[in-house]
Amino acid sequence: MAHDSVSTFAVSFDTHPSRYRHWQLRVDGGVATLTLAVDIDGGLRPGYPLKLNSYDLGVDIELADAIRRLRFEHPAVRCVVVTGGVPKMFCAGANIRMLATSSHTWKVNFCKFTNETRCEIEDATANSGQRYIAACNGTAAGGGYELAEACAEIYLIDDGFSAVSLPEVPLLGVLPGTGGLTRLVDKRKVRRDIADIFCTKAEGFRLRDALKMRLVDGGFAKSKWEAGIAERAANVVQAAGGVGSEPGIELKALELTRTSSPETEVFAWPHLLLEVRTAERTATLTLQGPEGQAPETANELYKQGCHAWSLAAFRALDAALLELRFNHTNVGLILLRTQGSAAQVLAHDTALTRLRGEGDWFAREIQLFQARTLRRLDNMARSLYALIEPGSCFAGSLLEMAWAADRSYMLADPDRPNAIALHAVNQGALPTWNGMNRLAVRLLGEPKLLDAAWQLHGPVDAEQAEKAGLVTRAPDDIDWADEVRLAIEERVSFSPDALTGMEQNLRLAGPESADTKLFGRLTAWQNWIFQRPNAVGERGALTMYGNPQPPVFDWTRT
Amino acid sequence: MAIDYQSKIPNNVDLAQDRRLQRALEHWQPSYQAWWQEMGPEGLQDKDIYLRTAISADKDGWAHFDYVKMPDYRWGIFLAEREGERKVNFGDHAGLPAWQEVPGEYRNALRRIIVTQADTEPASVEQQRLLGQTAPSLYDLRNLCQVNVEEGRHLWAMVYLLHSYFGAEGRDEAEELLARRSGDADKPRILDAFNQPCNDWLSFFCFTMFADRDGKFQLASLAESGFDPLARTCKFMLTEEAHHMFVGDTGLERILRRSAQLTKLDPNGDARAQGGIDLPTVQKFINFWFSYCLDLFGSEISTNAADFFGAGLKGRFGEEKRFTEHTALGQHKEILQWKDGRLQPEQIDLRSAMNEVLREDYIGDCANAVRRWSNAVQAEGAAFEVKLPHERFHRRQGLYAGQSFDLEGNPISDAEFEQKRAEWLPTQEDKDYLVRIMQPVRGVGQIANWIAPPRRGINGLDFEFEYVRI
Repeated sequence: MAHDSVSTFAVSFDTHPSRYRHWQLRVDGGVATLTLAVDIDGGLRPGYPLKLNSYDLGVDIELADAIRRLRFEHPAVRCVVVTGGVPKMFCAGANIRMLATSSHTWKVNFCKFTNETRCEIEDATANSGQRYIAACNGTAAGGGYELAEACAEIYLIDDGFSAVSLPEVPLLGVLPGTGGLTRLVDKRKVRRDIADIFCTKAEGFRLRDALKMRLVDGGFAKSKWEAGIAERAANVVQAAGGVGSEPGIELKALELTRTSSPETEVFAWPHLLLEVRTAERTATLTLQGPEGQAPETANELYKQGCHAWSLAAFRALDAALLELRFNHTNVGLILLRTQGSAAQVLAHDTALTRLRGEGDWFAREIQLFQARTLRRLDNMARSLYALIEPGSCFAGSLLEMAWAADRSYMLADPDRPNAIALHAVNQGALPTWNGMNRLAVRLLGEPKLLDAAWQLHGPVDAEQAEKAGLVTRAPDDIDWADEVRLAIEERVSFSPDALTGMEQNLRLAGPESADTKLFGRLTAWQNWIFQRPNAVGERGALTMYGNPQPPVFDWTRT
Repeated sequence: MAIDYQSKIPNNVDLAQDRRLQRALEHWQPSYQAWWQEMGPEGLQDKDIYLRTAISADKDGWAHFDYVKMPDYRWGIFLAEREGERKVNFGDHAGLPAWQEVPGEYRNALRRIIVTQADTEPASVEQQRLLGQTAPSLYDLRNLCQVNVEEGRHLWAMVYLLHSYFGAEGRDEAEELLARRSGDADKPRILDAFNQPCNDWLSFFCFTMFADRDGKFQLASLAESGFDPLARTCKFMLTEEAHHMFVGDTGLERILRRSAQLTKLDPNGDARAQGGIDLPTVQKFINFWFSYCLDLFGSEISTNAADFFGAGLKGRFGEEKRFTEHTALGQHKEILQWKDGRLQPEQIDLRSAMNEVLREDYIGDCANAVRRWSNAVQAEGAAFEVKLPHERFHRRQGLYAGQSFDLEGNPISDAEFEQKRAEWLPTQEDKDYLVRIMQPVRGVGQIANWIAPPRRGINGLDFEFEYVRI
């Protein structure tokens, strides 16, 4: 039976290749190989052996870590080969017993994180010059095939046995939860009726048919497999101009200090404070702006390595968001705050932008990472309020946090200067999920305001910001305390489900991208199906999987 | 290619009127012939061999014996006769009329069952293709060919089901059955035991004894199927399979008997010194093949097995006759799991334990044969008892794979197992020795030194008969 595992233990996202239980990361010149050999007894929670290279969140945490490290620690790599390390099975997808024994909250959070990880693979291929190749040396089923789909190319071994498949509908009565359907028709552009056949055939298709249906890009016989994949990887490296010379920086473990009082749990990372008030169901994230000078040269930035503020602060933000998602599920409202010098934030953004423009890989990776972290913020199924107060530094990259929020409150106190500031990074370097910048999405119906906003140079005070459409409300010092308190108390009283749905509908106006479809359309449907008796009822398909009796469906189409 | 269906392909499925089946066979039959030429018994294709051919499904007189060249063998398609209005006899659909067409929801499961069974048929022909060169007698050579042509016919029987009931997918699978090759690095056969080399006659007899006996139990459980054409096909295949097991059972018995005689004959009790096979070596081959064949039944705890039973696709051995309760719900089977370094009993719901249920029946069947062999050996005055190894010994699949066990099923370390390996399982030296002594014997009524002649010949004939015109 499903139980709320979330409350019973804390998930840690801190890992390192030396501690991986499921993945092996090998770097050889321009080619990195990620080999999946899941430790059957290595599940995050007890109760579900991870058979047949199936995964749970713990497996995906390692994958996400590896992808990130490849970008920062091995930037010279041009091709990443993802392959299986157990016989006959590339990856069987998410572990079904794990899903069947997880709470709904856990399932959704798990799916969202795996989705973000798949998007990181695509982001690395598109923007970091690291092309991912899925080398399916065994069957790729369900999430296993979805992992392959996230790669730029898919190869399947021709051994008369191995197949690619999405068996969720016929076997489990749910959907492929990691973008499998969307990527099939949208990314791989498989014709919809062909995709329909594929998604309803539990055992999937072996190489010959999979090639015909364009479910894979190629394949090799068993005896030619290693050589075939190696040659393809070498070609990818060659096409990218050969192995790079970027040296890489070490991503050291984040330092975290935890303290707690009866009312508040406090998590302190460098540059970031997270205060969780469980009883109030709120949390406050306070991000500290940079203290030192912005780096002048690529070498200076490189020497700072993972301690460079632009990277360290966003790594902390990323960690805090995941902490909130998985370990504090009842927190409904996150208050976003910043402290520090806006001018310094702008200086750091300027340095990054300039160095990136000069071709520096590290500056590029930091900005890409900032962009991904802000998108993770967009994806939070929590209400977000930005509180812009004197002493804050909502400028440039940090201003994006305010625009990612559902509302922003900016104190207008004539005696205490309070300003935000725009920067060139707001115009493109930090896009949200649909590829647009957050301000353009925000001002979709007010193009004149948008044009005017890009002309705002220097500090923008509260009154001006409210007029320009950059903040939601700008209460003065007399109204501030009450208005903010009421807004918070009201918010945490609403239905959490309705709020999540409402926020996700309102956050992403404008055109769709593959990613918005993935998170919007798919997640909504999957979440609905995951809740229905046909999946999780007493005789639902997910419940009955692995049991000796078939599922019983309510045949009404909704 | 036009085929004279009635004379070339004996059948009781009205092939002459079945356009769908004709069309499928027009493509498949030439491929099959080409496969047989390439992979059938080496060096014997142009010989006249005294073979049995199935010509009807009639209980008396279904077979016809005569000399035939194997490529001209009339591979037929026979289903056991329909028995009135048969019903699904077990599982969730028990009591409903048996399916005469494939139910859509079980199409994939049924195809998988049929393809897995079908794949073993050509595989064994491939495994045995060189054995004709070292046959100990014309009688044994003939039996080898008989087994092979009938494995070929069983392939036909399964292909008939694929062609008739599974549309284009079925035709594709039928082609694939001819494309895979036993032991091939790129396109191996589906099950592991069918990729093991079978290069000597001791292995051949072990194979027909143990692997074909697995076939018997698989076919028998499919003969219970609610999908009637599958049930009837398998029922008829069982009549032929009996001869294959006879070949293995008596073959091993003859070797053991001869080994006992030679052991007694030799002043030092060394059968090898007399050009024979020593009894411990025979035991090692039994250990090897028995353990490999146990793997063929699949995992002890299996959701597939549960699904197949629940759906009424695959029953227990003798489901209809031996059992009164046919849902297998609310019942459990105790299975010893290897967990945390020890064996722990666990109650598994009966449906999920169906593979184990079938495996137990199989082990019982094997144990009967082994008892008879021991008696035969002891009747020759040798103090030797042939034994089946424990079911946990030397497993590659299921609960006991990945942990070493001794012949009695006690857990031991991998190092201990490796120390004993040469004592328990055939060594390269054993295999080389067998290849050395197995020289062909081709005179009428003659037999190799390492095996006793059979007690009688085929079809009421004597052993001294020209079963193969060399």
